[in-house]
Amino acid sequence: MTSPLLQIDRLTKRFGGVVAADAITLDIPPGEFHAVIGPNGAGKTTLVSLLAGEVAPQEGTIRFERSDITRLPVYRRSRLGLARSFQISSLFSDFTAIENVALATQAHRGHSFRFWRDARREAALRKPARAALARVGLAARAHVRVDRMSHGEHRQLEIAMALATTPRMLLLDEPMAGMGPEESVQMVATLRQLKGAMTILLIEHDMDAVFALADRITVLVYGRVIASGRPAEIKADAAVRQAYLGEKESSGHE
Amino acid sequence: MTASFDPPLEHAPASRLNGRTAFIVAMLAILALLPVYTTLTGDSFVMTLFSRVLILAIGAVSLNLIMGYGGMVSFGHAAYLGIGGYAVGILAKEGIGSGFVQWPVAIAVSALYALVVGALSLRTRGVYFIMITLAFAQMIYYVVIGLERYGGDDGLTIYQRSRFGGFIDLNNKTVFYYLCFVLLMASIYLVSRLVNSRFGLVIRGTRSNERRMRAIGFPTFRYKLVCFVIAGALCGLAGALLANHTSFISPALMHWTRSGDLIVMVVLGGLGSLFGPLIGTVAFLLLEEALSRVTEYPDMILGPVLLLVAIYLHGGIEGLLQWRRHD
Amino acid sequence: MLYFIEQCLNGVQLGMLLFLLAAGLTLVFGIMDLVNLAHGSLYMLGAYFAATFAILTGSFVAALVLAVSASLLAGMVLEIVAVRRLYGRNHLDHVLGTFGLLLFFNELVRLIWGPAGMTLPLPQQMLSGVEIIPGIYYPVYRLVIIFATVAVAALLYLVVMRTRIGMLIRAGAANREMVAALGVNINLLYTLVFGLGAALAGFAGVMQAPILTVQIGMGENILILAFVVIIIGGIGSIRGAFVASLIVGLIDTLGRAFLPDMLHLALSTNAAATLGPALSSMSIYVLMAAVLIFRPEGLFPAASR
Repeated sequence: MTSPLLQIDRLTKRFGGVVAADAITLDIPPGEFHAVIGPNGAGKTTLVSLLAGEVAPQEGTIRFERSDITRLPVYRRSRLGLARSFQISSLFSDFTAIENVALATQAHRGHSFRFWRDARREAALRKPARAALARVGLAARAHVRVDRMSHGEHRQLEIAMALATTPRMLLLDEPMAGMGPEESVQMVATLRQLKGAMTILLIEHDMDAVFALADRITVLVYGRVIASGRPAEIKADAAVRQAYLGEKESSGHE
Repeated sequence: MTASFDPPLEHAPASRLNGRTAFIVAMLAILALLPVYTTLTGDSFVMTLFSRVLILAIGAVSLNLIMGYGGMVSFGHAAYLGIGGYAVGILAKEGIGSGFVQWPVAIAVSALYALVVGALSLRTRGVYFIMITLAFAQMIYYVVIGLERYGGDDGLTIYQRSRFGGFIDLNNKTVFYYLCFVLLMASIYLVSRLVNSRFGLVIRGTRSNERRMRAIGFPTFRYKLVCFVIAGALCGLAGALLANHTSFISPALMHWTRSGDLIVMVVLGGLGSLFGPLIGTVAFLLLEEALSRVTEYPDMILGPVLLLVAIYLHGGIEGLLQWRRHD
Repeated sequence: MLYFIEQCLNGVQLGMLLFLLAAGLTLVFGIMDLVNLAHGSLYMLGAYFAATFAILTGSFVAALVLAVSASLLAGMVLEIVAVRRLYGRNHLDHVLGTFGLLLFFNELVRLIWGPAGMTLPLPQQMLSGVEIIPGIYYPVYRLVIIFATVAVAALLYLVVMRTRIGMLIRAGAANREMVAALGVNINLLYTLVFGLGAALAGFAGVMQAPILTVQIGMGENILILAFVVIIIGGIGSIRGAFVASLIVGLIDTLGRAFLPDMLHLALSTNAAATLGPALSSMSIYVLMAAVLIFRPEGLFPAASR
């Protein structure tokens, strides 16, 4: 049994009186497509923030490729190969799509204390950027400014940015948030192509996508893991059904 | 943010480029030929005024680097004018009159101060950053006032301009003017290379979305710090030039309202554009000059003008030039 | 020792004046998200108003009341005419706009009152010293300042914490859209808050006038001290402003009083004479730098902004 790529051990985060993450323990082996689901307020975004390094836990550890990254700053985790996409698109809105992705490429190709040469013409940055854009289907929109792109294109660009950092693992935070049915289908296709090529942790609300893509699913409720296993097991799990029964009425809210 | 970035080369609409380029070329031509006008008419006041414009424009260019491109609103930038100037003044008083020593020292001390201030301030952002840079500038202002030996509150007269062996004679006003002009052009060129280099893209990306920059793997703090130091060093050079220009240096030069003036110059010209700082400096100093001739209370007009610019004129004067192209 | 106690009291006095300024600044920033560089101008106007009213009425108390009222009014008018157009902008626009106001007010004061500055004479009863502890005499007026400013601070606390309007202020600071959605006249609230800040600044200006100064540009120096207070105390936090004001007031006063002598012990006469005044004015900035290193969000950070 190969050692897990990502090992989360009793990860706990409290915000004042609220326990957003309650002793979360989870192992993700390399190559797995792992989905995390749960009702609103379950602590999914907190989990991503903890994994990405934007907040520090009170207890617990995170190990990536066996080294302890629990207190590592955000940029160092990216350097180690852990790439993250944002639930609310966080892009460089006054730059074009390719400029956005080229920056991601640049972060992982040597240092940037170069003051003279025009980096916009650096093939070593632009070629991989184009490739990443092509992979998510945005090749034709490379020279469009981000603030002129649609919401769906922003979500695709988020994925492209993550890919451009040549990651070992992707942390995708609700990539389909706010997407219409057509766009979601395309996103699922994109994710399916990535499946197997790298390890993926997907946070999502879209159940169709989750059950179509995931190798294993973890269910979070009020910050605790209440179930974790193969999709078929999760579908049949009584605790999961109870947690979601109340959710069925309000599904579609995002 | 109200910056008007140089658009990616693939994009700039031809007509806008032409209008703006023509304006800038015209302005540069006038500045380059000014000494000819002075020689013909004997009016040396104009050259003195515009030497000051050129020097302060270098300061504005340096502030634009961190503020326009980097999004770091520093309200303490005049400190570097003072540090550079006092480096020249103090060395001159202590008997070291060679520009080959004075000017590198001016640049080095400014860079050092920027390093310390930046290291402490850049961990903060927004309003905090503005107030902290303001406080540090005021600190050094008070320190310099306390230096009795170098004139304190009254300032320090510099009896001899920096000497450069036989290479260049700064006492010749025309030569000095062209030196300032060349250094300004060099600064602008330097910035133009900088902002499209890898380093410049990191700075601009950090301004656009620092959280994103960190997420893709950039240690943004150290890049901002280096940018801050470069800007401080360049402004220190401007300070050395200023000390030579006025043959006098006083703490008033680094009073925080002078930092405010620099901010105004940068904003008036349009943030984050190459020639904006020059346009803004020209506009501001000419406005100041004109107002002081028209009234005994120039700030009563200048003040409200600044307020109106803040309220209505996003992107400064260059924003005005681009107004017609707004969709 | 006596000198030390006297300097401590002076430090507390300075601290309380700073608190009044910082409180106004931090309220305006916390609620309207506005950086106001012209706050020092309101402090200056308070002092000038008082000096003029003192000449007109011959009474210090009347001048105080009138000047504070005038400051309140001036603040509200300023908010309605100019400041409110800056809400929602980025901080650079605030800096630029209020800097313009600062220049305007300095010039306006010069136009109306002339460049020379004015004086505000102390009322007769307060001219003497009083024996607060056996052997230590302290000027009555300085004690008045301390008590008056503490009283105002307590009043401010009561208003913000115990009244309905204070509750609206705190709510507005936490979530202004919500407060507006609840039907509160948010514009009026902002005007009142700004006026309150102006009144506090004006009051501080009047109180310090008899012992310090009434001159153009007096607002700038103390404004920066107020900024240092806010940085150390934490933006948006009145409690932080209170603690930080006392700390800054004490350190600045004690630093200026004792550092030169301490330097004389450590360095040569020449060096101490040169560096003394310079270093003693640096003490609060060194403190600020220390806070920035160890606790960049301030000592008592309020809700994040």
